[in-house]
Amino acid sequence: MNRYDYHQPGTIEEAVGLMAILDDAKYIAGGTDVMVLIRQKKLKPKNLISLRNIKDLVYIDTAKGLRFGAATTHSAIDNHDIIRRNYSALTDATSHLGSLQIRNVATIGGNICNAAPSADTACPLLVLDAVVSVVGPKGARDIAVDDFFQGPGKTALAHGELVKGLSIPSFGENTGSAYIKHTRRQAMDLPILGVATRITLSMKNGAEVRCRDMFCTIDSISNILAKLKEEELKIDEARIAMGVVAPRPMRAKKAEAVLTGKVVSPELFEEAGNVAASEAQPRDSIRGEAWYRSEMIKVLVKRALIKSMDRIIRPDEAIYPERLW
Amino acid sequence: MKREIGFTLNGEAVRLEVEDQWTLLYLLREVLEMTGTKEGCGYGECGACTVIIDGKAINSCLYPAMEAEGRAITTIEGLVSKDGELHPLQTAFINEGAVQCGFCTPGMIMSAKALLDANDKPTEEEIKDAVAGNLCRCTGYVKIIDAIKSAAGGR
Repeated sequence: MNRYDYHQPGTIEEAVGLMAILDDAKYIAGGTDVMVLIRQKKLKPKNLISLRNIKDLVYIDTAKGLRFGAATTHSAIDNHDIIRRNYSALTDATSHLGSLQIRNVATIGGNICNAAPSADTACPLLVLDAVVSVVGPKGARDIAVDDFFQGPGKTALAHGELVKGLSIPSFGENTGSAYIKHTRRQAMDLPILGVATRITLSMKNGAEVRCRDMFCTIDSISNILAKLKEEELKIDEARIAMGVVAPRPMRAKKAEAVLTGKVVSPELFEEAGNVAASEAQPRDSIRGEAWYRSEMIKVLVKRALIKSMDRIIRPDEAIYPERLW
Repeated sequence: MKREIGFTLNGEAVRLEVEDQWTLLYLLREVLEMTGTKEGCGYGECGACTVIIDGKAINSCLYPAMEAEGRAITTIEGLVSKDGELHPLQTAFINEGAVQCGFCTPGMIMSAKALLDANDKPTEEEIKDAVAGNLCRCTGYVKIIDAIKSAAGGR
């Protein structure tokens, strides 16, 4: 067994202070990545600094937008009704990460600090315009989540810095978001591809959409979109993020520009999918080949967009049929 | 470096010396010699080491023993009542034939217990989600799900 000293500071300041004086130290939160790496002997720290007992890192505040502590577990996010309704993409990710045993301890801060290209919460945080608050020996600063991820396992964190919390703005009515994790099996799997979208619609006659009932049928996406075209729903703002298609989770900014200001139609979503696929640089890996990932981006961008729209049009309904999108 | 910590184990207060690099699983199996909790993969993939901490199912192989301080831990050994009567989940697993080699069983039962403690009328989907992190290589999932359903119904 690799020997290390285990430190359990009670405050953020204490943790940052310990990191500054201890030799070869590593922060540990839920431990579901760090403990595995230690066991695999890929990580041999002399000191572990636990963030689990720092109360200031565990909170969820929905008073203005959404703010939560970095050591908030996936389960805590998952069980929060306001997040499920207003920031659905995030819940889509937290509800399908690992197993319940993992979600009960794994933290959102840990998920983004591990910075895997496949990190499930990364794409939702990208489309939700999240800001990462970090604190370190030189003080505190905020980093847009798009600037936070820099490569596989690489983040914008300087030595000794830790993530304190995340904040997401309030998007108001007529905004919906979704994350689709494309996997071979439904549980305990990493994504072959992950796509998140957020869309804000300007709706003419309040929120009533005539063909809303189409969303609870098994009709094809193209049929639903053809009907929606008649409603002339204009897209005010759009975000698309993709995981496992580049060294880091990335926004598809050109595809977002395609959507902005346009009226929802089958052709528009088709084009957005194609442009998003052209922005990705997927590679062959054990989970899927590059050509397959490129093709699936086109499909999943459309599905995620329509799932986001479903959440605007039928906010109080469960997504049905679940398997379709 | 050793440190003394205190926690509640299956309803009883425990105080003992723990080394920094121990996992909770190591503490349970090798130090306390409570071998009901199993070690499968050791990487948090298989769920054989599942125990309940403060009402939540977790993988004890990834849980630093030091973090047990002040918490309430339940293991499979804590399910039998003082007079030796099996827990309804254990009885259900036996009656439904949900046990083959038995290696995954303690973890399965702990995941199921955490679920039923929080939700006494789970749907089949909720049951499947609760045990999705527990692998059974004898492929007994159908009977395991049946057993959890019958334990939930029998309460």
